[in-house]
Amino acid sequence: MTSPTAFGHQHLHVHGTSPIHRLAPEAKLLGLLGFVITVAVTPRQWLITFAIDATVLLGVFVVARLKARLVLGRLAAILPFVAFAFLFPFVGDGETTSVLGFSLSTDGLWASWNVLAKATLGAAASILVTATTPIPELLAGLSRLRVPAAVVAIIGFMFRYLDLMVDEFGRMRRAMAARAYNPRWLWQSRPVASSAGALFVRTYERGERVHDAMAARGFAGAMPTLSEASATRSDWLLAAVPSLAAVAGLTIVGLT
Amino acid sequence: MSAAIAVEDLAFTYPGEHHPVFDGLNVTIEGGERVALLGPNGSGKTTLALHLNGLLRAQRGRIVASGLILSDDTLAEIRRRVGLVFQDPNDQLFMHRVRDDVAFGPANLGLDDTEIARRVDQALDNVGAAQLADQAPHHLSGGERRRAAVASVLSMNPEILVLDEPTSGIDPLGRHELADLLTSLPQTQLVVTHDLPFALATCARALVLDEGKIVVDLKTEALLDDSDLLARHRLALPFGYHS
Repeated sequence: MTSPTAFGHQHLHVHGTSPIHRLAPEAKLLGLLGFVITVAVTPRQWLITFAIDATVLLGVFVVARLKARLVLGRLAAILPFVAFAFLFPFVGDGETTSVLGFSLSTDGLWASWNVLAKATLGAAASILVTATTPIPELLAGLSRLRVPAAVVAIIGFMFRYLDLMVDEFGRMRRAMAARAYNPRWLWQSRPVASSAGALFVRTYERGERVHDAMAARGFAGAMPTLSEASATRSDWLLAAVPSLAAVAGLTIVGLT
Repeated sequence: MSAAIAVEDLAFTYPGEHHPVFDGLNVTIEGGERVALLGPNGSGKTTLALHLNGLLRAQRGRIVASGLILSDDTLAEIRRRVGLVFQDPNDQLFMHRVRDDVAFGPANLGLDDTEIARRVDQALDNVGAAQLADQAPHHLSGGERRRAAVASVLSMNPEILVLDEPTSGIDPLGRHELADLLTSLPQTQLVVTHDLPFALATCARALVLDEGKIVVDLKTEALLDDSDLLARHRLALPFGYHS
């Protein structure tokens, strides 16, 4: 009934048995957070630190035995954000550098680099975690990290029903296309907007039905916790390696 | 011993509507019976199903499930006793693994982990879906999803099952398998459906709800034999069938 879609989260996780796949999800999540924060606070001109960060991720990528095409393909999701950052060299002021005959702001170039490097490293790290951890495990990991149950539930519902929503939108779009609707210009966007409204109403109604079905099985406002094995000491240590390496990279460059 | 389900003088009007869905509805279902609830769209079939498990509350009259009168105090116990299987399994299966969905009800009952695991295995086994335990609901076929949805209420050990349009979205073979499943379960069942052959295959007794009243209460065979009666309530056998 549900066709696989480009946005479908069922493709996020890639089956595998690598040590990265086997790590406890809460350890991976905390490791990811530590790594991303360290990358985010790295001064933009500390190229060696960024090189160390990239090497660490490359190591994780190799150990996890993921396909390069898959990771690069998913990395493309950051392009719209990064594209925006490429305006900086043209609009920045102060010192200028000549690149291919263009006179560009040095500060703007560094700003672009800053966004590009950090977005790439952060997104790549997130891709590595989501590709090696099934969604139910990620959710369990979040709740073991004491993320409020309501927040975990909302994330869970989002992933569970995203595919259905995307499918529904696809069907509505096909139904419009079948009646020769082929929007090219902004003034043709009205049906798209109204179908977004219809989708909102349908989703809201589904939410009510899902809640009814939960209440019918005794749900009274608190999500039951289904306990499972949690992270061991070696999980925590192993998952901390990328963050520790990134911090080390930061310290080494900072001290020299 | 009292009836499995007794609906007595039920009246209900949806908020903001003028026309009542029910105004003095009475239904009795004995323990162990499988009863088909038929009727045209908008006749109140789903509204009745929602009342039986306390999702909608009677504005007049009362609902009695295996001797227990539905009230705020008995709501939790009624929801354990009356398992409601929704029309769209996607509404019922909201977790990422079938096993977690089947465990949701027992976990709400406050059972311990070993008992929950036992209930989950048993419920999945009962619907012949043990192999689906670790699958994601969106990977299942319509029939598999329906089985998983049934398991997700069986794990609460209900005495009564209420199934809303269980054959919707299922292929013909899946319908046969579902009929076999329902007839193999010991619970008292109320099967809300438009599917007359399915009603005949699963239920000895049939009720027709029309404009908020039970207008027919017959053996399913006898109802299906009476094409005039069927037509009067916008019911019809599939093409090629004759009364």
